[in-house]
Amino acid sequence: MPDVDPEAPVAPGPLLPLVLLVAVGGVLGSLARWALTEAFPGLGTTLGINVVGSFALGLLVGLRPHGRLSRPFLGTGVLGGFTTFSALAVQTVDASRGTAVAYLAGTLVLGTAAAALGLRMAR
Amino acid sequence: MTALLVALGAAVGAPLRFLVAAWWPHKGATLVVNVVGSAVLGLLVQPSMSTYALVGAGFCGALTTFSAFAVEVVESRSWRYVVASVLLCVGAAALSRFVAG
Repeated sequence: MPDVDPEAPVAPGPLLPLVLLVAVGGVLGSLARWALTEAFPGLGTTLGINVVGSFALGLLVGLRPHGRLSRPFLGTGVLGGFTTFSALAVQTVDASRGTAVAYLAGTLVLGTAAAALGLRMAR
Repeated sequence: MTALLVALGAAVGAPLRFLVAAWWPHKGATLVVNVVGSAVLGLLVQPSMSTYALVGAGFCGALTTFSAFAVEVVESRSWRYVVASVLLCVGAAALSRFVAG
């Protein structure tokens, strides 16, 4: 199976309820990310958010929940909204070279390790 | 008020990411939204607080995702995907910064 698409296992059935569910989850996750970055400005907060969110998505994907709504709501919505790649990319561009390399490499290594840990713990 | 703008942007960005993945169910869907979101966020040079909340923290933050990327990397074990994501997203952000001055 070449396609790995952990956040969007498009379940058969009407799309609109899922779209609304993703929107609600995305709002919740994004508000949490925004509140954390407002309270604790800095690269470390975004790094922590992406690592924690990757671990949680690993757990969720590994647990394979039965309900057809939990993956779209919690995975695509809440965790997709909570974690971010755009801030990672722009912060990397804006940081000084040494900080940028450490931040980018640190996020990649810790984020994928956290996802792997979540998947392993769930399976 | 600012939280409302974040919510509004996220209410558009997150379902848009979902729809891209639904219409284009390949591993590339996450890459596409991440590159687009990184490019848009890069255009926001010294934005007002409300613009940043709506477009940056809300829309771009919710359109892009790191968690799906991380799980996809673990499941596919594709280094090319990691390299492509980093180069294209950081490149898109840098290009936007350059264009927006």
